[in-house]
Amino acid sequence: MSAKAQRTVDEALAREFGLTAEEYGNVLSIMGRTPSFTELGIFSVMWSEHCSYKSSRAYLKTLPTTAPWVIHGPGENAGVVDIGHGLAAIFKMESHNHPSFIEPYQGAATGVGGILRDVFTMGARPVANLNALRFGDPNNPQTRRIVDGVVRGVGGYGNCVGVPTVGGEINFHPAYDGNPLVNAMTVGVARQDRIFLSAAAGVGNPVIYVGSKTGRDGIHGATMSSSEFDEDALAKRPTVQVGDPFVEKLLIEACLELMATDAIVAIQDMGAAGLTSSAVEMAGKGGVGIDLDLDHVPQRERGMTAYEMMLSESQERMLIVLRPDRTEQARAIFDKWELDFAVIGHLTDTGNIVIRHKGAVEAEIPLAPLADQAPVYRRPTAPAQKPQPMEPIIDPVGVEQALIRLIGCPDLASRAWVYNQYDSTVGGQTVRRPGAADAAIVKVEDTEIGLALTTDCTPRYCRANAKLGGAQAVAEAWRNITATGARPLAVTDNLNFGSPEKPEVMGQFVDAIAGMGEACRALDFPVVSGNVSLYNETRAPDGTSQSILPTPAIGGLGVLENVRQAVGLGMPDGCDVMLLGETKGQLGQSIWLREILGAQDGEPPELDLAAERRNGDFVRGLILDGTIAACHDVADGGVLVAVTEMVMAGQAGCVLDAPQSGMRPEAFWFGEDQSRYVVAVRDGQALATLAAKAGVPCRRLGRSGGEGLTLPSGSTISKARLLAVHSEFFPRLMDR
Amino acid sequence: MAIALRGVTGQAPAMVWHRDTALPEGLDLVVLPGGFSYGDYLRCGAMAAHAPIMAAIREFALKGGHILGVCNGFQILTEAQLLPGALLRNAALRFLSQDCWLRVERNDTPFTRHWAKGDVYRTPMAHGDGNYIAEAETIRMLEDTGRVAFRYVAENGRLDAGDPQLNPNGSMNAIAGVFSENLRICGMMPHPEDLVDPLMGGEDGKPLFTGLVEALVG
Repeated sequence: MSAKAQRTVDEALAREFGLTAEEYGNVLSIMGRTPSFTELGIFSVMWSEHCSYKSSRAYLKTLPTTAPWVIHGPGENAGVVDIGHGLAAIFKMESHNHPSFIEPYQGAATGVGGILRDVFTMGARPVANLNALRFGDPNNPQTRRIVDGVVRGVGGYGNCVGVPTVGGEINFHPAYDGNPLVNAMTVGVARQDRIFLSAAAGVGNPVIYVGSKTGRDGIHGATMSSSEFDEDALAKRPTVQVGDPFVEKLLIEACLELMATDAIVAIQDMGAAGLTSSAVEMAGKGGVGIDLDLDHVPQRERGMTAYEMMLSESQERMLIVLRPDRTEQARAIFDKWELDFAVIGHLTDTGNIVIRHKGAVEAEIPLAPLADQAPVYRRPTAPAQKPQPMEPIIDPVGVEQALIRLIGCPDLASRAWVYNQYDSTVGGQTVRRPGAADAAIVKVEDTEIGLALTTDCTPRYCRANAKLGGAQAVAEAWRNITATGARPLAVTDNLNFGSPEKPEVMGQFVDAIAGMGEACRALDFPVVSGNVSLYNETRAPDGTSQSILPTPAIGGLGVLENVRQAVGLGMPDGCDVMLLGETKGQLGQSIWLREILGAQDGEPPELDLAAERRNGDFVRGLILDGTIAACHDVADGGVLVAVTEMVMAGQAGCVLDAPQSGMRPEAFWFGEDQSRYVVAVRDGQALATLAAKAGVPCRRLGRSGGEGLTLPSGSTISKARLLAVHSEFFPRLMDR
Repeated sequence: MAIALRGVTGQAPAMVWHRDTALPEGLDLVVLPGGFSYGDYLRCGAMAAHAPIMAAIREFALKGGHILGVCNGFQILTEAQLLPGALLRNAALRFLSQDCWLRVERNDTPFTRHWAKGDVYRTPMAHGDGNYIAEAETIRMLEDTGRVAFRYVAENGRLDAGDPQLNPNGSMNAIAGVFSENLRICGMMPHPEDLVDPLMGGEDGKPLFTGLVEALVG
C-alpha cells in the first residue's frame, strides 16, 4: 500500500479509482492543480455512486417526503417520524449487497452494524431490526453458501448487540445468483427533544473520534460497491469490513449516555468511505471548515498512510463535534465503556477540509465544490422488455395439489429456519414475533404504543412492469401494517437495481420511482430515508453481464396507540372467514403460474390506489373497534395461500365455501389481485352490510374451526400435513 | 430481565457494574442476565467469570446468597465454577431462537415452588451455546442428588434427549437448568423472563419470579 501511495496522480490512476475522464477534469479545475494521492482518494469515494447518488439523485427528489408527522425526511442519517407522547421513531434501510456476495457472514453482519449506527447516531435506542434478502436459484451450489453466511451474519451481529430481529422477507431467483441482496433495516425510538443531527457548527469546536481503532479493512469499499463484479469478485475479499458487535453495543450505550447530556453539537457514524465521508458531510452541511490531524487517530496497524486512514471502512466508529467545555465529561463516558476517544481536529472558518499527517498537509480541499460539483447524471433510459402475454390456462394439477406445491415452494415456504436463528424477543417488547402477523409488532417500553414494522417488494412484478411494481411494493407495505390495525406512517426505501449505464435498467429505475411516488402520495405514506444500490450485476466468463430483478425494497413503519389492539394471523374458532376487496382472478406473474405452469408471463395484477386506501381504512377501523379478530393480507399465492397461512399460524382450522362462480377455481384461489384482506369476524353478515356501505367488495370464504383446512371438494388437509410441507424447504436446502 | 423483575416485584433492581468490586448491602437475590458478555468471542462467559465483580458474587454465594443465572448468566456461573458442567455449541451448530417446553424436576426450591413437580411450561430460548455437558460422574451426581432444575421435553412432558425437536440444543439428559448443592443457585439457558406478560404471548415464566419473591421476601 505504501508503495502505491508513491504513485503519480494522473488520469489513469483516477480511472482506477473509478472516476471518469470528465470527473477527473472537474477535480483538476476545483483544485487548480494536480491533486495529491490522498485528495484523489477523497474525491473518488465522495463522487462514487455509493456516496454521491449521481445516477439517482435527480429522480429521488421526485418522491414525496413530507407529512405532518414527519420530523426529518431524507438528508439525515435516518428518517424521523412522530409516534406521539413526545416520542419519535427513527428508521432506515440500507444495502450491503456487494460485500455479502464476497464474504457473506461479514458482509451481512456489518450491514446490520452500519444501519444500527445510522439510527443511534440520531439519538435513538435501536428497538428492532428487519431485513430484506434476495438469493439466487436454490439449485445453484453457491446459493447455499451465501444463505448460510448471510443468515449467520445477520444473527451473529444482531443477537450479540441485543436488538431483536423481528421481521423480513426472502426471495429466490436465478437473477441474484452472482449478486445477492442484503438490505438491513433498523428502527429506534428517541425523545423528540433529543434528536441529534450531523451538521457541524462552532468554529474551534473539537472534533472527536470514538469507537474502534482504524485498520486497513474496507479501503475503497464504497468504490467497490459502485461497480459491477467481474470474474475476480472473490479476490476483493480484503475490501470487506469485519464487524465487532460487542464494540457496537458499547458504542450504543456510550453514545446514548453522552446524548443524555448537552455536550454534543453534531454526530455522525463513519459508514461508507469512513472518516472521509463523515468529516466532509458534517463540515459541508454546517458550512464550516474542518482540520484533522491523523496522528491522533487511534490505529490498529502500524505505518498507515493518510490515504489509508481516510478511506478505511473499519467498523464501529463515530465522529462527534463537541462543545469545547465538555471534552473531559465525554472522555470519562467513553473511558467507562472502554472505547477509544481521541480529539483528532477542530472546526475552522476556511470552508476547507485539511488533512495533516506527520507534520505534512496531505490534503486540502474546498468543501463547497466537493459537494456542489459532485456529478449528477440523467442517464439514457430505454423501455424494458415486456413480458410475454399469458397463454390460455389449463390447470394441470387441481386446487389441492397446487396449494401443496405453493406452500412448499422456495418463495412461500416457512422462513422459520431463518428467523429461528435471530433473537426476536431480546428486550422483552416483542408483541408479535416473526410469522405471527403481517407486520412485526414491538411495544415501545414504558408506553402502550406499538410499532408495526415490515419489509416488502415483489421483484417479479417489478421486472414485468417497474412502475406498477414500485407502487405495489409501497402498497403492500401499507397493507401489511394496516392488517395489524396500525396506522401506516412512513417508509424507508432500498432501491436495488442493475447497472445504471444500461438504458433498460435506468428505465426500470425511473419507472419504479414514479410508481413508488404515486403510491406514497395516494396513501399518505412518505419516504423519509433510503439508500440506492446500483451495479448489481454479475459478469459471466463470456463477458456478458446479467442484471438483478429490479428490487425497490420498502421498509414500512406504522403505529398503534394501544398495542393491545393489534391482531395477527391466528383465528379463533367459530368465526366467519371473509374476503375483503375485489377478486378478478388475475394470474399474470403469479406464483401459481410460475410454480405450476413454469411460466413468468402476463402483466402483474392491477393496482387501484383509491381502492387500496378505501379497503385498508375500512379494515383498520374494524380491527381497532374489535370487530376483526384475525387478519391477513392477500399477497403471493392468492386467497387460498392466505387462508392456509392463517390456519398454520393459529389454533383453529377452516372449512371453505365454494369459490366465486363464473371464474376458474385456480384464478379465484391463486390469483394475486391486490388490495385484499382475509379477516375472521364473529358475524359475517354484519361485516357484509358494513362493507357494502363503505363500497368495499366482500364475500364469505368459509368458517373457522376444526382441525386443518377443508376444501370445497370436501377434502381435508390436516394442519400437521400443511406444516410439514411448509417447513420442508429450508432444512432440505441447508441441512443436507 | 430488569423489566420482568420490576414487573413482578414492583421494585426496580439495583444495577451493578462489571468493574465494581462490591455488591449493595442487604440483597435478596443476585441475577446474572443474558447477553453476550465481552462479545463471547472466547468461550461464552469465560471473560465475565473473571470480571472484578465476580469476587463479590462468589463471596455472596459462599454466604448462602440466592443467585439466578439465565442464558449468558448460566454460562458465566459454570465458567466461574459456581455451578457444575459447561455449555457447548448447540448440537445443530446454529443459534436457536424459539419456544421450548421445560419440565419442572422438583418444586421444593425457591426457584420452583410456584410450580408442581412435573409441571411443563413454555419459555423462549435464544442461544448458540446451550448444549449442557458434564463428566459422566457429575451428571450422575446431579441426577442422584436432585440438582436438575428443568429439562427440555415435549408439551405433554415426554422426555427424549435424542430427539432434536424436544431437546433442541442436544443437552445431556436434556438438562436445561441446574441447582447448586445448597439449592440456592440456579442456572438455566431458556428465558422465563421473556414470558411474564400476556401481551408478549403468555405468563408461563412468571411462577419462577413470584416464587422467588415469596421465598426470599415473604
